[in-house]
Amino acid sequence: MNWVEYFLFQIYPYLCLSVFVIGCWARFDRSQFSWRAESSEFLERKTLKWASNSFHVGVLGLMMGHAAGLLTPPQLTEMLGLSAHAHQLLAVGAGSVFAVFAAVGGAGLIYRRVFNKRVKATSRPTDLFILLFVYAQLWLGILGLPHSMMHSDGHTMEILGEWCRGVLTFRSGLPNLLTTIPWVYKLHLVTGMTLFLLTPFTRLVHVISAPIWYVFRPGWQIVRQNHHVANDET
Amino acid sequence: MKIRAQIGKVLNLDKCIGCHTCSVTCKQVWTNRDGVEYAWFNNVESKPGVGFPQQWENQELWHGGWQLGKGESLRPKIGGKWRILSKIFANPNLPQLDDYYEPFDFDYAALQNEKSEQVVTSVRPYSRITGQVMDKIERGPNWEESLGTEFKHRSKDYNFRDIEKEIYGKFENSFLMFLPRLCEHCLNPTCVASCPSGAIYKREEDGIVLVDQEKCRGWRMCVSGCPYKKIYYNWHTGKSEKCVFCYPRIESGQPTVCSETCVGRIRYLGVMLYDADKIETAAATTNPEDAYEQQLDLFLDPHDPAVVEQARRDGIPDAWIDAAQRSPVYRMIKEWKIAFPLHPEYRTLPMVWYIPPLSPIQEAASAGSLETLNGIPDINSLRIPVQYLANMLTAGDEAPVKAALNRLLALRAYMRRFQIENVRDASLLQGAGLSEQQIQDMYRLLAIANYEDRFVVPTAHKEDAEDPYHQRGIAGFHFNQSTTSGKSRFSLWGQQGVRPEIRRHTVKGG
Repeated sequence: MNWVEYFLFQIYPYLCLSVFVIGCWARFDRSQFSWRAESSEFLERKTLKWASNSFHVGVLGLMMGHAAGLLTPPQLTEMLGLSAHAHQLLAVGAGSVFAVFAAVGGAGLIYRRVFNKRVKATSRPTDLFILLFVYAQLWLGILGLPHSMMHSDGHTMEILGEWCRGVLTFRSGLPNLLTTIPWVYKLHLVTGMTLFLLTPFTRLVHVISAPIWYVFRPGWQIVRQNHHVANDET
Repeated sequence: MKIRAQIGKVLNLDKCIGCHTCSVTCKQVWTNRDGVEYAWFNNVESKPGVGFPQQWENQELWHGGWQLGKGESLRPKIGGKWRILSKIFANPNLPQLDDYYEPFDFDYAALQNEKSEQVVTSVRPYSRITGQVMDKIERGPNWEESLGTEFKHRSKDYNFRDIEKEIYGKFENSFLMFLPRLCEHCLNPTCVASCPSGAIYKREEDGIVLVDQEKCRGWRMCVSGCPYKKIYYNWHTGKSEKCVFCYPRIESGQPTVCSETCVGRIRYLGVMLYDADKIETAAATTNPEDAYEQQLDLFLDPHDPAVVEQARRDGIPDAWIDAAQRSPVYRMIKEWKIAFPLHPEYRTLPMVWYIPPLSPIQEAASAGSLETLNGIPDINSLRIPVQYLANMLTAGDEAPVKAALNRLLALRAYMRRFQIENVRDASLLQGAGLSEQQIQDMYRLLAIANYEDRFVVPTAHKEDAEDPYHQRGIAGFHFNQSTTSGKSRFSLWGQQGVRPEIRRHTVKGG
């Protein structure tokens, strides 16, 4: 364990998570106006229609897959009758499908951001940067697939899951877990952590606001009252 | 019964000359910014025409407004909540920039900087979005001004449904009217319903519908939900914006900018009291043709003592009840029934109403075979087909529109006779069902249209919303507080929330 690995896999995760939490909180609190999806559909829809749908379905699938696969303790998956081998096959199978969606859609999104006159003219540098960064992260994940195919015993996945849970449970010696992990996974880990680091400073914050609770909102209409004093009196 | 008050609006199309002063003054005040160059909170459309954005009235195209789902329950035409969420990555019902127009400007500096004196300099348009020179301006604001563009295109006008429209393409049969449009500040707004973030809301005290710019996340569903296409996506900020009914002016008792500056004096503002408990039933009426009558039933008589009593109980200030009793809007909508909602079939219960325009008599009629009743021409011989107006204002039901036009014609005939011959001829009013007193009132409000008669706007009771005692000395300063008042209750830096804490200084139980 050299100092680089120590920094990247023991210190950097907490740095990223801290910036992620405090950064998002601060932005939401101080500058909520900037908290938005920043859709450019109004200026270009032809490409966006398939690209955005495909990209978001893919990325959301991958996000949920990663969360479930990495954070669930192996004891629980085994209790559910899922062996490490089967678990990995499931992850690789589902992951590949979603990765294809994300890769195709992401390519479309990059294409329109670079080549569509209107979208290009109205983009900020961070818009393209974060898109390329997410796309690079996606391909690093895809590049890890051959190794997963060759070692289908689920061992690598278990180690990575253990590392993730180790981060969340504040364990020490985390870099030692990763000694047998190929570099492509390590790179994927580092860029993945960096995504958390970048989120508060880019449009990625809109992910946090995914309005799932809309379906639970009672009724349709919203009326705001302006009678604080009158209504609060008893 | 739950009584709420709203500042309603009536536009007298009979007097609109299409000068666009309302649009321009509104533009100067509210949308003279990046991202909304293309947006017009108020615009004036020449009709017949496809309007702005193109074909906004055709809900088969845009799916705005409401529809009756299973069990006659209301749901937005763009879909239920899950369906709306499924469109969040790419909204197929979102109008594109080109459905409005690409905002452009001219490089006037070129006129100054041209060195050559041999050629006449011209300025070329450039796009306000890409900054590039545009070869051709494909569309612009008010593209169909006074029947501009060919009839073939304009005849896609949704109000031509059930009308043999071909004959109106001929020059001698053509007709023209102006339709100024702004946000309808509906009682049952689809924009509010379709906003996944819950950022759009209706103000209880005056009915103004606003987009909370802090809460808006830019999911774009409101643009599709609104059947009037009066919510605009600001491509620069990534948020939706809409007509704010000049709420800072309304709160201080002033008319909106568009109303204030209307040179034709066609705009009226006044308080309407309505029964909020009946909104859903009224909006969910089975037959769309009943929507106008249903909405009319929502409005309560401010002179009725029972209504006044209930209004007080529901917290409506006395000044507002008094304003409701003097409301010009109430008289035109409810007493005289000469104003109508725009497209009630969208089921949003709009609150900007229109007096239909009279129009010249067709040539054939004026040549001698004119059908008249006591000197009042037959409304069926007017140039603008009644069916066209009915399609626009009453979901196709001609009867109420005819009655209103008859009243306007009777008013003209009566006052003409009175002013030229000094004869008060009550017989002219028989068909219209108006009393002479009503005619006098209508004349005063519609023809004279004094400022104080047109605008009866009570001031807002801000002391209910905030505590002036606590705010004295801090208003205008920015003590690390957000400038807009969102609904966030927590604060990162240990400050009080965005709104200063309200300290009660009334005696408890007193």
